Amino acid sequence: MTDLSANSAPLGAAQRNHLRRRNRHQLMLQGFGIAAISFAALMLFILVSSLVGTGYKAFTQTHIQVEVFVDPEEVSVEKLPRGGFRDVLQASLQAQLPEVSERADLRRLEGLFSNGAQFRLRDMIVADPSLIGQTVTLRVPMSDPFDQLAKGLVKRDTPEAQRRVTDQEIAWFDRLDQAGMITQPLNWGLLTNADSRFPELAGLKGALVGSFWALLVCFLISFPLGIGAAIYLEEFAPKNRWSDLIEVNINNLAAVPSVVFGLLALAVFIGWFGLPRSAPLVGGMTLALMTMPTIIIATRAALKAVPPSIREAALGVGASKHQVVFGHVLPLAMPGILTGTIIGLAQALGETAPLLLIGMNAFITSAPGSPLDSATALPTQIFIWADSPERGFVSRTSAAILVLLTFLITMNAIAIYLRSKFERKW
Amino acid sequence: MSLFKTTVSAAALAALAAGAAHARDEIRIVGSSTVFPYTQAVAEQFSNNTGAPSPIVESTGTGGGMKIFCGGIGESHPDITGASRAMKASEYALCTENGVTDITEAMIGYDGLSIAISRSAPADWDLTLEQVYLALAAEVPGDGGWIANPYKKWSDIDASLPDVEILAYGPPPTSGTRDAFVELAMHAGCEATDFMKALKESDKEAHDAAIKENCSRMRQDGPFVEAGENDNLIVQRLNADANAVGIFGYSFLYENLDTLKPVTIAGVEPSAETIVDFSYPISRPLFFYVKNAHRGVIPNLQEFIEEYMSDDAMEPGGYLTERGMVALPDDLRAKTQEAVIGAANMDPKS
Repeated sequence: MTDLSANSAPLGAAQRNHLRRRNRHQLMLQGFGIAAISFAALMLFILVSSLVGTGYKAFTQTHIQVEVFVDPEEVSVEKLPRGGFRDVLQASLQAQLPEVSERADLRRLEGLFSNGAQFRLRDMIVADPSLIGQTVTLRVPMSDPFDQLAKGLVKRDTPEAQRRVTDQEIAWFDRLDQAGMITQPLNWGLLTNADSRFPELAGLKGALVGSFWALLVCFLISFPLGIGAAIYLEEFAPKNRWSDLIEVNINNLAAVPSVVFGLLALAVFIGWFGLPRSAPLVGGMTLALMTMPTIIIATRAALKAVPPSIREAALGVGASKHQVVFGHVLPLAMPGILTGTIIGLAQALGETAPLLLIGMNAFITSAPGSPLDSATALPTQIFIWADSPERGFVSRTSAAILVLLTFLITMNAIAIYLRSKFERKW
Repeated sequence: MSLFKTTVSAAALAALAAGAAHARDEIRIVGSSTVFPYTQAVAEQFSNNTGAPSPIVESTGTGGGMKIFCGGIGESHPDITGASRAMKASEYALCTENGVTDITEAMIGYDGLSIAISRSAPADWDLTLEQVYLALAAEVPGDGGWIANPYKKWSDIDASLPDVEILAYGPPPTSGTRDAFVELAMHAGCEATDFMKALKESDKEAHDAAIKENCSRMRQDGPFVEAGENDNLIVQRLNADANAVGIFGYSFLYENLDTLKPVTIAGVEPSAETIVDFSYPISRPLFFYVKNAHRGVIPNLQEFIEEYMSDDAMEPGGYLTERGMVALPDDLRAKTQEAVIGAANMDPKS
């Protein structure tokens, strides 16, 4: 190094200026790059933190634990599953707050319970009628206004007329809270319940199962068809104007807005084939149309990356073209194909517009049992919740988005893992 | 080889699906996004009470719902559609054309359209429908004819109004709420102008044409912003801008009374009482329509309708009013219940 610097002639002023300018440009470019990345990171941070900020409250749910005396006068074996379950619940609270006696007040007292509480009690007693006449401990969700109150989302200093809970109801709530009856456990219902119009009961089960069926159908259709098309185009098809045309079209197809596929599905799958509306089967078929170009492109790239020497060696020892493709090229290309497939499926998971058009945004209070049952999907469930007037759905919408993001991140992480684990460099 | 097997099985699955005329055992409901929350409530209550499969409720908008509903008779067509306005003659004709002739119309209650502002707005607002019309219409009377709406600030319309830019968030044209707003607020406000009053005296035909044309168009030059079907979005925007007003269903105002306050119309505040006695002028009836040919064919449809029409749901204090609907007066409710449960056909519209 010293030799070199000793040998080089001292720089003239013009050269020094030129060098300085080049260095400055270099610095500026780096600066722009860092600024762009910081900006993207900042946006991501704002997005995630605002979601977490509003969404974390939905991961707990205020519950109330009451001792319920199942009064044989209200609930009898003969009448099950009908019975005065509401009255029984009401009596259990009245035991705690004996001064409440007005009919209207008693009705409001009942409003502390979620509407689902009576059905929870009913199911318990239907399952075990011997509980009639006994005292059972029941822990049930509280209704949304009180959930919001417990979480501080309904402010106590708001004038009474402007909030959903009255001063008296707050006083009741505080008394029950002091008696240790009110808890805020983790909200498993968010994952295990199907949709409900009551925020405290609403969950994502229907959407998760619906998304699962839709993705399964999408995978079963797009994976074999996509790979088949890619193998033919890459390995067998003659290179001529037609195959060029097909290639251009497939690349274009990957860029078609998803809503167009939704309209197509509405006209063809539902209109002509007469498939049921809102079914994950139709959703999956629609998503398959969108995913297929992605898989074809990824598969062709993966096949191209397998070095020709492997094909030539196999052909050289007398393998048929079919044996070359399925015995040698395809297994080597598989990691790349799987990566492309998972990324395509992750895109499909987050796709909303085509599902809205085929009616997968219905309100359904049970999870689908098969791909032919009506269902929602995760993104459409978010869409429905975002449009609901109840306060509790604000945080639940954010929570649902976080659940969707978790699935997307997991799928992308699997793709990255597969790529780094199995990818071979030649 | 397994690849071929997968391909074949996928193709078989698709074929199976296409072949299966899937017998439907759940009720299918489409229609207005305003009626949607109420139908949701009945659907959930119904399936909880009876253990029947939960009805599938889809929010398609009133017009979209009518189109699907009137598509025909049979399992692939919905049984009920919700509507935030009465069925139009053209829709009835479409139904008849497709063989849907026996339809029951059920009025379930009233919904107020509220105009609201943020609680952080300094003053309480009171508007007349004429002022609402002058602020939001594309054309207003002027120079002896119609001129493009010149008003930029509320105070330009009337000096007593706040000195702020007109900015209103409202529903898009595809929404039943928009139809109702134009009909109830804009038309009434338009007719209250001196110009229209004079025109009514002098030229009845021109007057009616003007209502259809000039009085029905919302302005497109900025102050009226179509905020999409998502009313929660409007609520959020109002919270961000104290001077903006929003137009949406009463149930959204009712849920958000801690951050929003109603704009009174000629001194009347929207509430259950003022909506049902029509002293609050922007309120409308809500409906659903049932295909009678499906009763007794689709399991549980009749029972579902009985649940919808039950006092538990419809009476004042019932679970529909808890969601913000305004109940029908007692005598009208009794009449409706009898007619709807008894599957009385609606009068043909022409």
